[in-house]
Amino acid sequence: MASALRVYGLLAWTWIRAAAQYPVSMVLLALGTAVVTGLDLAAIALMFSRVPRIAGYSAPEVMFLYATSGLSFALAEIVLGTAERLGQHVRRGTLDAMLVRPVSPLIQVATEEFSPRRMGKLIPTATVLILVLPRLDVTWTPLRVLLVPMMIISGFVMFAALWVLTAAVQFVLIDGHQATKAVTYGGGFLTQYPLGIFGRDFVRGLTFVIPLAFVNWEPSLYVFGRADPLGLPTPVRFASPLVAAALCGVAALAWRAGLRHYRSTGS
Amino acid sequence: MTYPWVAWYAMRRYATYRLGALSEAVTNTVFGFLRAYILIALWQARPALGGYDVTDAVTFCFLTQALIGPVQIFGGMELTERIRTGDVAIDLYRPADLQGWWLADDLGRAAFALGFRGVPPLVTGILVFHLAVPSPARLAQFAVAVLLALLAGFGVRYVAAMCVFWLHDDRGVQAVSLVAAMFFSGLLLPLVVFPGALGVVANLLPWAALIQVPADVFLGKAGYFGLDGTAGLLATYGFQAFWAIVLFAAGRLLTVAARRRLVIHGG
Repeated sequence: MASALRVYGLLAWTWIRAAAQYPVSMVLLALGTAVVTGLDLAAIALMFSRVPRIAGYSAPEVMFLYATSGLSFALAEIVLGTAERLGQHVRRGTLDAMLVRPVSPLIQVATEEFSPRRMGKLIPTATVLILVLPRLDVTWTPLRVLLVPMMIISGFVMFAALWVLTAAVQFVLIDGHQATKAVTYGGGFLTQYPLGIFGRDFVRGLTFVIPLAFVNWEPSLYVFGRADPLGLPTPVRFASPLVAAALCGVAALAWRAGLRHYRSTGS
Repeated sequence: MTYPWVAWYAMRRYATYRLGALSEAVTNTVFGFLRAYILIALWQARPALGGYDVTDAVTFCFLTQALIGPVQIFGGMELTERIRTGDVAIDLYRPADLQGWWLADDLGRAAFALGFRGVPPLVTGILVFHLAVPSPARLAQFAVAVLLALLAGFGVRYVAAMCVFWLHDDRGVQAVSLVAAMFFSGLLLPLVVFPGALGVVANLLPWAALIQVPADVFLGKAGYFGLDGTAGLLATYGFQAFWAIVLFAAGRLLTVAARRRLVIHGG
């Protein structure tokens, strides 16, 4: 594990140095990425300029969800976002070159073109989180305070696992790259909003099938002091780290199965 | 006869990647559902917002998802890469007009995208949410609006591609045009939600012609400059045609200037 992290850091640093050869471009691209990420925030702000509450949720509550989801998602995308290119590598045969190198192909795919510009995504989300915390109408207990970093970290781990999982799927469905975005980017988008506004069966699916409800929704319910619309018991609000660990296990198994299944492309 | 053939072969070429297109359609459909639920919550909080009712808002949402592919709202064009690599020299050498060639190519691509990326999200939305299908006459009006949207959409992207002749890198232009297109086209939120002056300005920019306007024609709400009914429809077409022509002319001027400027290295 330690050596994997060291190799990851080394490869990422190589790509950062390459990107830093064009410093102006690098800064501009980071700012551009920040603005694109801020668009979702603009949409939320626009909606609340017309209505005081959406489905009973106030602007600070939705902003809190936006910030926690956005931060977890951005961290995962920085670390593993390029894993979604796996299908491309399979099709072009470049995965074969990766397999002969003495580093896990997952690390190689994930660090590929690692660019500081992806850090741009952290700017709007972190800013919103800092601004929104004092505006939330909650009594801060130690447990509530603790839940905030916990949900960001377990959300990050969950999105990271989803990225590996959707990369693993592309060993089989080589052309499925675009459809896997529904899970990764779709998940990142949907957790910005209170899950309560989505259809009930939809939310059940998101709680039990793809456990996106545990990214920030369940812990946030405890922070807000709200009841769960699905009526799940209170301990579930704290289950995110366990769910994240389980999802990692599934992703690891899927990745290994995918890699074993891989037979290289024909001509 | 050159250009229809270019369009035909472009369509055939894109049709080779049917699976890829369908998997993009899956993602568009999933996002359609997510955005639809958000809009339903918004319209429940404020019925008749911007002159739409809930059904209009949901229909609008699936129309935007259906148009993402055909008008290629996220930007980009194959020509950009060819300018960067210098392959454009071959395009300029052909006994055909550069802009006309790529317009034909783009219309061929759009025709394929209408079927494979436009129809699935729209039909799914209509079936799941029991949306009303407009009369054949209105569908014909919608078809005209979509055609004008395709022309205006090509105009925007062609101008962006021409900038690469001077900038040698498309990522900056791409980032700026992506933000503008997502925000001002109605993709992020229907432009009718935009408050006050922002709404007025957004409705006059070229991006409104790409998604908001065709959707309004579909919903039977087409109107510009205070006109409605047939006069409103004609004013709407006029608005789209205005931008298509202005952008086409701008693209033409840039093409002429680029031709003078271009030096292809190598030998």
